[in-house]
Amino acid sequence: MELQVKDVIIWMEKANEKIQSNKEYLTSLDQAIGDGDHGLNMARGFQEVVNKVTGSDYTHVSDILKDVSMTLLSKVGGASGPLYGTAFLKMSTAVKGSENVEFTQFRTAVEEAVNGVKQRGKANQGEKTMLDVWIPVAELLENQDDLETEDLASTARKAMEATKDIEAKKGRAAYLKERSIGHLDPGSVSSYYIFSALAEVLEEGA
Amino acid sequence: MKKIVNDPNKVVEEMLQGFVAAHPDDVKQLPGTTVIARKDAPVSNKVGLVSGGGSGHEPAHAGYVGEGMLDAAVAGEVFTSPTPDQVFEAIKAVDGGSGVFLVIKNYTGDVMNFEMAAEMAEAEGIKVQQVVVNDDVAVEDSSFTTGRRGIAGTIFVHKIAGAKAAQGGSLDEVKAVADKVVANVRSIGMALTPCTVPAAGEPSFVLEEDEMEVGIGIHGEPGIERKKVTSADDIATELTEKVLEDMKLTGGEEVAVMVNGLGATPEMELYIVNRKVNELLSDKGIKIYDTFVGEYMTSLEMAGCSVTLLKVDQELKNLLEADSKALAFRR
Repeated sequence: MELQVKDVIIWMEKANEKIQSNKEYLTSLDQAIGDGDHGLNMARGFQEVVNKVTGSDYTHVSDILKDVSMTLLSKVGGASGPLYGTAFLKMSTAVKGSENVEFTQFRTAVEEAVNGVKQRGKANQGEKTMLDVWIPVAELLENQDDLETEDLASTARKAMEATKDIEAKKGRAAYLKERSIGHLDPGSVSSYYIFSALAEVLEEGA
Repeated sequence: MKKIVNDPNKVVEEMLQGFVAAHPDDVKQLPGTTVIARKDAPVSNKVGLVSGGGSGHEPAHAGYVGEGMLDAAVAGEVFTSPTPDQVFEAIKAVDGGSGVFLVIKNYTGDVMNFEMAAEMAEAEGIKVQQVVVNDDVAVEDSSFTTGRRGIAGTIFVHKIAGAKAAQGGSLDEVKAVADKVVANVRSIGMALTPCTVPAAGEPSFVLEEDEMEVGIGIHGEPGIERKKVTSADDIATELTEKVLEDMKLTGGEEVAVMVNGLGATPEMELYIVNRKVNELLSDKGIKIYDTFVGEYMTSLEMAGCSVTLLKVDQELKNLLEADSKALAFRR
């Protein structure tokens, strides 16, 4: 795989499309176990991301990822803003200076994003958060020599679906304890959209 | 959804414009931000006080801006924490050279956004300290959860830390007294009806006509227990007992009481609740130092109330009594 600036732009556009068309769904998932703002916040944030990146010129993938991060930080709010903002900021730092991103760099970038989100959210795997999608994806990359795009989408989807059976330990859903079981984690679902959008971009680019 | 709004996506922006238009002599909006600051900010050599959170809790948080309380309040989207850049703007605007103190409610998003803003401010050489308010006894303190939520007890933190700063307290002294309030304040709330976030358009949860939810937060999130609606006395008793049990008050102590409406409960009902709270405390030999009944930390048009007790000593009493020109808390 190779990720170029134009790929990242399409990635963000596709992610935004998925989030916009599932805004109400994400909100309803969050109403069940949180405070119901996830769809609204993500839709606002990713629309702003698309407005930003399609209106700017980039030479390096790291620059566009940094803009994605800053836009999410300043437009999303809630817990998702700092967490997604941190994820993209860490990815940007990991590929700093590269015009195009090779598979091994991308693998490192996702690993760094996971570490950043863990630290910012003081969370780990199995606590019904976005990390329950990000960690399995990072592990998938760890075991590959190049990206199998089908595996990327299916790993993210399975990981997202698995959050249904987990009891929340972090975020507002944690207050519901066992009542959180049986509901998908909204942050995992939005993370799935982001990875499945990436898989589509790489599929088409291949 | 039936609401007096123009565009559901512009409610915060338009509310802030209306707020400043109503109080032009007291507050200003920092251009291009959702920050409401004291008109005379920054006050030199005074510790600046910044709080904030999602909108929909009016008069929190902008209503507590004023001499003797907050120097700035940062408004997020409805029920959504403000973003780090906005909090950072507030910090810069109120730093009078003695540092800035942040009052944060214990929600994952608020804590993360304010922490990031504090990191940005420190990188620019501004001294920042903070307190995380976690007065809600509905939520157990456990190493597995994010801990207790911050609700109406936050107002007492604003008032007392604000008074300390107004009296010339150092950043460390403001921090110390804020920590003391947090250690001595406990609350719990209940709801009869849910609320509707304008941009969502639908209620955040559904309660049957004869149901109530005990232990709700202030963001429309469900509570810890759903049960049949009981009388005002029973509701007041349940809430007060839960708070007392947690505070381990046994009699002889002195407290400040706050009976807070969540947005759609008439003062009539809040006073009925307060009547019983007063009776229960008197029966237990707990002295009521002062009582606050009204809407301090609401949840849009949610019907319901919360009960807050703050155990006071002479220092806290003096600071609670000190002058405040905050629009929603005059003393």
